[in-house]
Amino acid sequence: MPDFGSRAVSLPPARTGRALPVNLERVPWWIIILILAGVLAALVIFTSPDYTSIITLLGSGIYLTLYVTFLAYFLALIFGLIAGLMRVSRNPILYTISTLYVEVIRGIPLLVQILYFFYVIAPFFADGFSKGIAITLPNVFTGETLFSATLRSEELAELFRSEVNEGIIALAIGYGAYLAEVYRAGIEAIPRGQMEAARSLGMSYIQAMRYVILPQAIRIILPPLGNDFVSMLKDSALTSAISVKELTLWTRQRSANTFRPLEHWTIAALLYLVMTLGLSLIVRYLERKFAIPK
Amino acid sequence: MNSVQPIIQIENVHKRFGKVHALRGVTLSVQRGEVLVLIGPSGSGKSTLLRCINGLEHVDSGQVIVDDIPVTQSAKNINAVRAEVGIVFQQFNLFPHLTVLQNITLAQRVIRKRSAAESEEVAQRLLAKVGIPEKADAYPAQLSGGQQQRVAIARALAMNPKIMLFDEPTSALDPEMIKEVLDAMLVLAKEGMTMVVVSHEMGFARAAANRIVFMDEGTLIEDTTPAQLYTNPREERTRQFLSKILH
Ligand SMILES: Nc1ncnc2c1ncn2[C@@H]1O[C@H](COP(=O)(O)OP(=O)(O)O)[C@@H](O)[C@H]1O
Ligand SMILES: [Mg+2]
Repeated sequence: MPDFGSRAVSLPPARTGRALPVNLERVPWWIIILILAGVLAALVIFTSPDYTSIITLLGSGIYLTLYVTFLAYFLALIFGLIAGLMRVSRNPILYTISTLYVEVIRGIPLLVQILYFFYVIAPFFADGFSKGIAITLPNVFTGETLFSATLRSEELAELFRSEVNEGIIALAIGYGAYLAEVYRAGIEAIPRGQMEAARSLGMSYIQAMRYVILPQAIRIILPPLGNDFVSMLKDSALTSAISVKELTLWTRQRSANTFRPLEHWTIAALLYLVMTLGLSLIVRYLERKFAIPK
Repeated sequence: MNSVQPIIQIENVHKRFGKVHALRGVTLSVQRGEVLVLIGPSGSGKSTLLRCINGLEHVDSGQVIVDDIPVTQSAKNINAVRAEVGIVFQQFNLFPHLTVLQNITLAQRVIRKRSAAESEEVAQRLLAKVGIPEKADAYPAQLSGGQQQRVAIARALAMNPKIMLFDEPTSALDPEMIKEVLDAMLVLAKEGMTMVVVSHEMGFARAAANRIVFMDEGTLIEDTTPAQLYTNPREERTRQFLSKILH
């Protein structure tokens, strides 16, 4: 993920023997070129009726791309937080489960995960919920049944039959594993004395996490979380493989139907670029807003 | 309950970290209102002993009883003990994302369930007591080390502890800030707070301590008064150690 925005301005010049005077070299030329290109593209697009109609048609694709991205990211934040907390836990069972999750997911290409969820896991649950899943909770020591019920719900089954939902859940599971590691690194970056001070004041482990550790960790992990959000937006294109009609699939179908790949794919690429740039700027703004005063 | 009993009872405590035998059968009791200073070379187990008192470390054998509550692995007991015992660390350990006021009110609100108004009133009173009433809205990073340590003292006092533990509270400070922190501790001692202080500040020990304990290699070597220890130590090891720090 390239860095957009202020970083480019604050970096020292990479080369000595500079060709430009210092103040000119410090100008983020690539942003200016990008903006100029954007303006040019906008001019072409809005003066040509063809392009205007393409944009309008791709609109619903953009909507679905954003919908999938936001929802999947939101779920991934929760999955990641749970798995991340389990990863720093001293409980060996929690640690083992979360480590398995993280290692397995990170070893499989995201596209394969999405297809696997679509072809294997989702049908299993859809079938199960429509036929009824028997849940029994045995007493591990005596073997007798403590609790038993059959869960049967067409609504839950339906949840696993929609491609959009399947895409969202698969993306969230995949990204949850990466975010778990981001959370873990953030929590581990907080000095041990913080947890000890909180516990010494009488807080439980959970209270100390909630009021002392996580608020500090969040500030550390905001940049990587933001980068992953931008990546999620781009990876949402992978759900086109399971026929989620987001921007990429829309573009593919429209360009095939109209035999005009150049216009359609150019616009799709531009739209992705605008969205990722916009998100990067928002993330940067949030980072500055939540910085701990020095 | 029984107020003649020592408020802290440590009985034959052992603590190992892997191969390191940090505490080797420590027995010590502290009476209510007593100020005990703990000295000894680095690595002798002073911090570990202090941390066993509020359950930050679990003892391997022996037992610690604080105000009639055994400090065991039981979460209930440990939280009960911690509510009675304040601790001040060498590195202050203030919460950097909270203002001074929020540092002092957080645990009052979460643990003591005090209202915002009440906890802020307590915080302001304690800030005045440690001499920095004007810093309530500052962040820790905006304070000097001495000021941060005084906030840490106020934060611990806000829980109304019966016992205060200090682990080298002035060791991380520039020399000109040591006095302001010791002064705040002296006020506490004069008020009758039970205190266990790990510190090599002889001035503080002489002015405030009823007892001074010399510790080496995980055992207590000498347990006496400051006047006695500094002028005429009984043990050769104490003598050698003092000759290293008193110059
Ligand atoms: N968490 C820990 N893990 C491993 N060793 C430790 C830990 N805490 C203390 N120790 C060891 O225990 C011994 C006593 O340490 P400590 O109580 O900190 O001594 P002091 O405070 O007197 O300098 C030292 O050898 C130290 O290295
Ligand atoms: Mg120490």
